[in-house]
Amino acid sequence: MSTDALHDITITINGVPRKLQVPARRLLSDAIRHDARLTGTHVGCEHGVCGACTVIVDGAPVRSCLMFAVTADGADIVTTEGCRAPDGAMGPVQQAFRECHALQCGFCTPGFITTISAFLETNADPTEPEAREAIAGNLCRCTGYQNIVAAVLRAAEIRRDAGPGR
Amino acid sequence: MTTKLFGQRVPRVEDPRLVRGDGRYLDDLGHDALAAAFVRSPHAHARVVDVDVSAALDVDGLVAIYTHEDLAGRVGEPLPLLIPHPTLTHGRTPYALAKAEVNHVGEAIAMVVAADRYVAEDVAALIDVSYEFLPPVVGIVKARDGSALVHDDVPGNVAATMLQEVGDAAAVIDGSAHHQSLSLSIERSASMPMEGKGALARWDADDESLLVHTSTQTSTSVRQALAAKLGLPVDRVEVVTPDVGGGFGVKIVHPWPEEVMVSWAAIRLGRPVKWVEDRREHFISSAHERGQLHEVEFGYDDEGRLLGLSVRFWHDNGAYTPYGLIVPIITSTQLLGPYKPVAYRVEFQSLYTNTVMVTPYRGAGRPQGCFVMERVMDAIARDLGLDRAVVRERNFISPDEMPYDHGLIFQDGRPLIYDSGDFPATLAKLKHLVGWDEFAAQRDQARAEGRRVGIGLACYVEGTGVGPYEGGHIRVETDGSVVVSTGLTTQGQGHQTMLAQIVADELGVSMDRVRVTTGDTRRFKYAVGTFASRTAVMSGSAVALTARTVRAKALKVAADALEASEEDLEIVDGHVQVKGSPGARIDLGAVAVLSNPLRYAFDEAAARATQFAVPSDPNQPPVGPGEEPGLEGTDYYSPVGSTFANGMHAVIVETDPDTAEITILRYCVVHDCGTIINPMIVEGQVHGGVAQGVGGALYERIEYDDSGQLVNASFMDFLMPYASEVPHIEIDHLETPSPLNPLGVKGAGEAGVIPGSAAIASAIEDAEGIVIRAMPISPSDLFDLRGRYSPS
Repeated sequence: MSTDALHDITITINGVPRKLQVPARRLLSDAIRHDARLTGTHVGCEHGVCGACTVIVDGAPVRSCLMFAVTADGADIVTTEGCRAPDGAMGPVQQAFRECHALQCGFCTPGFITTISAFLETNADPTEPEAREAIAGNLCRCTGYQNIVAAVLRAAEIRRDAGPGR
Repeated sequence: MTTKLFGQRVPRVEDPRLVRGDGRYLDDLGHDALAAAFVRSPHAHARVVDVDVSAALDVDGLVAIYTHEDLAGRVGEPLPLLIPHPTLTHGRTPYALAKAEVNHVGEAIAMVVAADRYVAEDVAALIDVSYEFLPPVVGIVKARDGSALVHDDVPGNVAATMLQEVGDAAAVIDGSAHHQSLSLSIERSASMPMEGKGALARWDADDESLLVHTSTQTSTSVRQALAAKLGLPVDRVEVVTPDVGGGFGVKIVHPWPEEVMVSWAAIRLGRPVKWVEDRREHFISSAHERGQLHEVEFGYDDEGRLLGLSVRFWHDNGAYTPYGLIVPIITSTQLLGPYKPVAYRVEFQSLYTNTVMVTPYRGAGRPQGCFVMERVMDAIARDLGLDRAVVRERNFISPDEMPYDHGLIFQDGRPLIYDSGDFPATLAKLKHLVGWDEFAAQRDQARAEGRRVGIGLACYVEGTGVGPYEGGHIRVETDGSVVVSTGLTTQGQGHQTMLAQIVADELGVSMDRVRVTTGDTRRFKYAVGTFASRTAVMSGSAVALTARTVRAKALKVAADALEASEEDLEIVDGHVQVKGSPGARIDLGAVAVLSNPLRYAFDEAAARATQFAVPSDPNQPPVGPGEEPGLEGTDYYSPVGSTFANGMHAVIVETDPDTAEITILRYCVVHDCGTIINPMIVEGQVHGGVAQGVGGALYERIEYDDSGQLVNASFMDFLMPYASEVPHIEIDHLETPSPLNPLGVKGAGEAGVIPGSAAIASAIEDAEGIVIRAMPISPSDLFDLRGRYSPS
């Protein structure tokens, strides 16, 4: 049996263009984690339900376990590593998660960070129900979500205080 | 001044790393390791006739295929029965790879090692296993009738029968003014951490040593178990727990077949081997919990006081019993909650079925026991027309009866003695928080508007911090930083923060000087593990005791340097100083240098410290008798018995008159886990527990069909709650310190989940006027109940 043919693709991840050689069946999540070796993105179910692997593809949150890496050729991707502040410190959403105790084991957290970062681009001043709705597609088994909802609101506040920019 | 950290809402030290994507979970390690995949049985019960690998051998990237035939020696014997018990007369455990028979869908039959997981799964799909089918035994009713057997040599599918009785329950029930009986059931659920299991093994042939990273709740015991299985000296094996994406019980079981096989293959191949569980594997080959049927008889007086209680229940332990009888023993003892029947009889049978094995999931048998006892309380209230809170209050053990001995043996083999608790005070707080006494008016008003709302409550007691022991090691480095290690593991509970708070307070240093490591056998060899809400009690107490030892040593060394008496010294902000004379002081780093009489002044700290060194006595050795070099210490905490936390939940639900949809309007928690180290972390634990309780009450149901297929083995079909399903949770605390440990703490990890099904059943019953006997309950279940219900 022959080895899978490899495809040359270029994906910009967190502002850095990366040239990867991947088989056609390589999941975007695996390419980010194991080829680009950015392991902040996590895989919780591999069938698009839990949201842990959510990354921002060309501005929109996407389940990277439901996308082949080859279909992301040329895309601009942001992972939780890319949601940091420019100096590498915690970005607004990350800082809000810490302040609000919105994470425990931290496994689902990167998917929430990216989901919320993308959401706040579209709604900079959400209400509590809007914040809850925004995270209602991501599973967390530790927190019961209450502090994650609070973190969405706090992140919006930090962003407003800090001015524009993720 | 050093601010006291114990009791403060200290932000977690773990978080900056985790939120930025710098966590290191199992699959973030070993990118270049070979990948393992397993061929698993698609049948619930069958003999394995043949494993034909011929079609799989030509796949590029294949390294090895292993079946049971390859497993010579101890690795080919059954996995250990971790917790034996005299009543577990027919304990059975699986093989690392199935030998001749498979007993549940998902049981591993062959291991494939390949260049990557994609290839490994390709190969697994090409391996052809022939089976001879055996009748599947699914569900407690089928197991109990015993006409088909899971294991040929286990009559009636009965792994164990256990009876405990205090007083003559049958006679007391007969003699009571009132008696009733109830048939109750709870369905299966599962821990379902967001990260599944996984293991990475590296064999160093030059050093003849094995290093295993595994997503476990007990690295020390995995180490011992792997050494035993693989025939290695224990000192050649180290096990490290990386960041773990949740455990909730399932990761306490060990060694998993995959942990053994990955390690064995890494040694055999001389290359790192990694296995990462996928979600379907986790559903069909790890562990579940909860499934029990109960038959309850009880007698009570005119005031609603429970006099006699007799419980028979049947516990579905799945295909194997590696974790013994822990779950049903906990159910049978913790069922009593805060109450004190005059006579209690409990008898259970633990039954085999051809399903995934049952081991503790957060709560560990308590949610079932709580459901049963609280159904009894509600039944008494209903029969006598009494307020449900009043009936509970009349049955409480009162604070002046503490410590209270139930006369039973608990899961740790020790007497079931409640150390402390103030149940009436907890109830009073809950009634105030939820507005219990005002609710009748709200219910009446809602009904007048055509709405159905109801309130329910449930009380529980949780034995936490079970022994036998945990330990801590603390070393003060010469730069003044404090390195702490404890052997048990962490799955997101914030142990690094909580333990650092304790150590910082005890040693008088700021928290940013303290670094905590958990679950690394290279750092600490002796530990039990993380389960039973035990870390704060066990490791918290252990590091507190250790810090006191290190503090005493620091004062002794500093006393010489400062030419002062130890009694006159204190540690403030990382400096040992003379009380009332802060000018005369020495920093802890310098004390660490002095404690280790080196010949060489190799850095600035050493040079500075030597200025304080008193001239040594030429007639004494530099390290005196009974002393050790280094400012460090090790200590252990081992309690006589468990400490008992308690709590009460109240919930208000609304049920849709047409669709039977069940909505939680309010969820209130009063919780007493003794003194609180970090309220933010405790509240987080309660939130998470309640979410799992809500899931277990309304959504989550592990569903097997009659042939033993798990029909909802995905997150699409096994309904864990999202943010849209979990209500806002209102919390109040009571702090009744435990007299059993130096910190006064009790466990908090599991509490939130325990009374969920009991409280929600009570509320639905109140809204609907229909007696609820089975949980979880879906809108369809409630709709059907309405159709079948007749008040008689």
